[in-house]
Parts: sequence; C-alpha cells; structure tokens
Amino acid sequence: MPKITFISAAGAEQTVEAEIGSTVMENAIRNMVPGIEAECGGACACATCHVYVDEAWYAKVGAPEPMEEDMLDFAYDVRPTSRLSCQIKVTAALDGLVVRTPERQA
Amino acid sequence: MRMSETIAPDVITADVITTDVLVIGAGPVGIFAVFELGLLDMRCHLVDILDRPGGQCAELYPEKPIYDIPGYPVVGAQELVEKLMEQARPFSPVFHYSQMVETVARLPEGGFAVTTDLGTLFHAKVVVIAAGGGSFQPKRPPVPGIEAYEGTSVFYAVRRMEAFRDQDVLIVGGGDSALDWTLNLQPIARRVTLMHRRDEFRAAPHSVEQMRHLVAEGRLDLVLGQVTGLSGADGHLSGVHVKLNDGSARTIQATRMLPFFGLTMKLGPIADWGLNLHENLIPVDTEKFETSEPGIFAVGDINTYPGKLKLILSGFHEVALMAQAAKRIVAPGQRIVFQYTTSSTSLQKKLGVS
Ligand SMILES: Cc1cc2nc3c(=O)[nH]c(=O)nc-3n(C[C@H](O)[C@H](O)[C@H](O)COP(=O)(O)OP(=O)(O)OC[C@H]3O[C@@H](n4cnc5c(N)ncnc54)[C@H](O)[C@@H]3O)c2cc1C
Ligand code: FES
Repeated sequence: MPKITFISAAGAEQTVEAEIGSTVMENAIRNMVPGIEAECGGACACATCHVYVDEAWYAKVGAPEPMEEDMLDFAYDVRPTSRLSCQIKVTAALDGLVVRTPERQA
Repeated sequence: MRMSETIAPDVITADVITTDVLVIGAGPVGIFAVFELGLLDMRCHLVDILDRPGGQCAELYPEKPIYDIPGYPVVGAQELVEKLMEQARPFSPVFHYSQMVETVARLPEGGFAVTTDLGTLFHAKVVVIAAGGGSFQPKRPPVPGIEAYEGTSVFYAVRRMEAFRDQDVLIVGGGDSALDWTLNLQPIARRVTLMHRRDEFRAAPHSVEQMRHLVAEGRLDLVLGQVTGLSGADGHLSGVHVKLNDGSARTIQATRMLPFFGLTMKLGPIADWGLNLHENLIPVDTEKFETSEPGIFAVGDINTYPGKLKLILSGFHEVALMAQAAKRIVAPGQRIVFQYTTSSTSLQKKLGVS
C-alpha cells in the first residue's frame, strides 16, 4: 500500500499506509493524525482538512479543481502548494507522498 | 430567559403570531416535521437563520448526492429539500427566514412565547427544536487576538451602514457578501480596501465588474493577500497586518474590518432556554423525543439518546413519533386514530389528493 507522511507545523512526522482510491484526509482521520479536522467529512465544504503538499510532490498531486479553489478561500494561511486533503485521491504514483499540516485549521 | 420565568407584559403587546407548533430550524428534519404534524391537523410556523429552507443540505452540500434516503438510490441534497418542501406544501407552513430564535419561555396560560432577533413573537402550544448542529453563523478567521476587536471594529455582518461612515474599511473575502458590502460601503466609507487571496472571485460577475471599475477609477483599493494579525488599542482597530501574494508584508490602515469566511454551525441561544444539555446536544426520550421541558421536543441532529445516529432518515422517524405526542398537547383528550396515507380518505383529503 502507498505510504503517506504527515508533518505537523511543529515538525512531528507520522507515516501511514493508505489504500488506493481513499483520500489523504480519510487516512489522516483513520490514523488520528493531529492537525486535520475534516468537519464536513470530505464534502469539500469546510476547509478544515487543509494541507501543504511538499514542493517535490506538488506536480504529481496536481492543482485543485475550481470548487476546491473556492473552498480554499476559507482556509488559513493558504500557500501555493495548499490543497484540501479530502480532495486528494491516493494512487500508486503517490506512494511516499509528503504533506504538511498548517499551524491551524480555519 | 429561564424556563421558570414568564415573559414581561410589555412584550406581549407586540403583534403576536399564534400557531399550534413553532419549529426552530428549517433543515430536512424540520420540514418533514411539518408533514407529520400536518397529517394530525397541526399547523406550523418555522424559523431559520438561513434565507432559505434545507439546513445543512442547502448550505453545506447542495450539489452532493445522498445515497441513504430510503426509496431513493440517489438524490441530490438540494433536490431532496425541494421534494420535502413539496411534500409539506398541503399543510401551508409559514417560513420566517433570516432570523434567529433567541428566547423560549413558558406562558402563564400554557404554551410558549418564542422571540427572534428580528423581534418576531410567536405563541405556540408546542415547540419543536430541529436546530441541527445549531445556527449557521459567520466563521471567525483564525487571526490571533481577533476576539478583542469583535463588536467594536471587527464585524461579520453589517447591521447598520452608518457604523461604517467615514471609516477606513477593510473587507476580506471573494464571495457575494464581500463584494456586495464593498460596493455598498464604498460610497459612505472614507476608504474601502477589498482583500482576497487570489485575483478570482466567486461573487456574481456583475458585482466583480463594478468592483474592478471602481478600482480602475482609483476609488477602491484591491489587495491580493491574507490577514496575519491586527493592531490597535482597547478593541479599536488601527491596522491590519497582511501577507501579500508576492510574500512581502504590509500593514493596511483600517478602523473597521469585515471578514467573510463562510458559515459554521454554533449552538447559539439554545443553551439559554433552560433545557438539559449534554455536550451541546439535547437529550430526549425515544418514545416522544421530548426534552427535559414538557411541550418542547427536539428532533434531528440536535438531539441525543442512546444509539442516536445523525442521519436524515433517523430524523424522519423521530418526527413521526414526536407528532403523536405533540397532538396530545395541542388537542388534549382527542382520540388519535392510526391511519395509512395509502388508504385513509381523511388523510388523503388533507393532502389534497382525494
Ligand atoms: C457534507 C455532509 C454530508 C452529509 N451526508 C449525509 C448523507 O449522505 N446521509 C444522511 O442521512 N445525512 C448526511 N449528512 C447529515 C445530514 O445533513 C444531517 O443529518 C441533517 O441535515 C440534519 O437535519 P436537521 O434538520 O436536523 O438539521 P440541519 O440540517 O442542521 O438544519 C438545522 C437548521 O436550524 C437552524 N437553526 C439552528 N438554531 C437556530 C435558531 N436558534 N434560530 C433559527 N434557526 C436555527 C440552522 O440555521 C439550520 O438551518 C451530511 C452532512 C454533511 C455536512
Ligand atoms: S473535509 Fe471538509 S473540505 Fe475537506
């Protein structure tokens, strides 16, 4: 199974195994990764699953769709590699993915 | 207002709307309550802080499909709301939108007085709380120390435009609220600055066009960036620190800030109605879904009981049972006959189908 590493704002790392087809957010919640709230349960309706995709991975993960970009307006400290983790589907190509959680969720 | 208190006589002299049942919240469960109560001849008024029916379905995920509504392998959330409204129509519910129920108090002669923040007063024999996750309220952006400025310099809605006259106003956001208030306040404020994190706006195209026109004429400032901090003394804002999209930092002179970061659900005034609460939910029994106060029921996401699931279908079940108990209060002594909509001519007459 592909692995995903979450790095907190304070630098704590946690690597989890992720099923292909699941979302990055679901894996964070399942493994109780701190810093991801996911209030709306993955509906792209809350912006509390905000992550910064590692620079090296951003091209592979890709840019947000317009609906996600709109919801990112409600996130805090949005940066060029910001994504909502509920909108990133895990694929074999994302094995080793690194994402950082922001200091706070909106 | 505590449940034991009765309301002051001067409040009673206002125009009173009298109803069998006052439903707080027009989400899917509140709307379906109208139907079940209607079958038992009870009339409803509903109040919701949103400007339209549907609660979470309409506000949070109108476009999403729902797969666990019995009988619908798939139904869009907004579509479900429309179907529920159609189903409730024969019972002529009256909706009072864009207002929040603030107080619920028992009347000396029985029943309840319910008031909203817009001053609407209801007298109802029964109150049904279908408030879901609480009232939708503007989100507070996670800017350090923002609380200190709320109500004096930072506002999440404009109640009185005059409060912005001759002020340096910073409006943050890219949706309709942000753009509408930018355009409305621009003529009366000393200076309006609109800040958004990107040069694309979700707001209606014609407002965006008007905004760009004002910027081109030099009558409005548009800044692309995000708020990082606030400065000022005693709750009076003087400057807003921002990070611009090119990475540089800047302080925008502002005495008023209006951040528009969407809505979130907060329990709100329900906490002050003298009801037992458990972790922001209202405990009820599973026979009548009545709260700790007789005559006040709680259905849908707002209630809790052993085994509770926050699902729309659970809320539908709850209102059917609640309606039976409400009927005994609204029409004491009247016999309730159990009937099917399929075969009862009397139910079909109420539904207008026979
Ligand atoms: C993204 C998402 C997906 C979901 N998917 C499903 C699904 O697939 N299946 C399913 O069964 N459920 C689903 N749900 C849950 C479902 O939406 C809720 O169970 C349902 O909306 C609850 O309905 P309700 O009428 O109890 O409350 P709500 O829909 O929360 O409506 C309550 C209303 O009451 C109003 N209100 C509260 N307090 C006051 C007050 N004091 N004055 C005035 N108005 C007030 C609120 O503004 C709100 O409009 C989902 C929820 C979300 C967020
Ligand atoms: S979980 Fe709500 S937007 Fe991702």
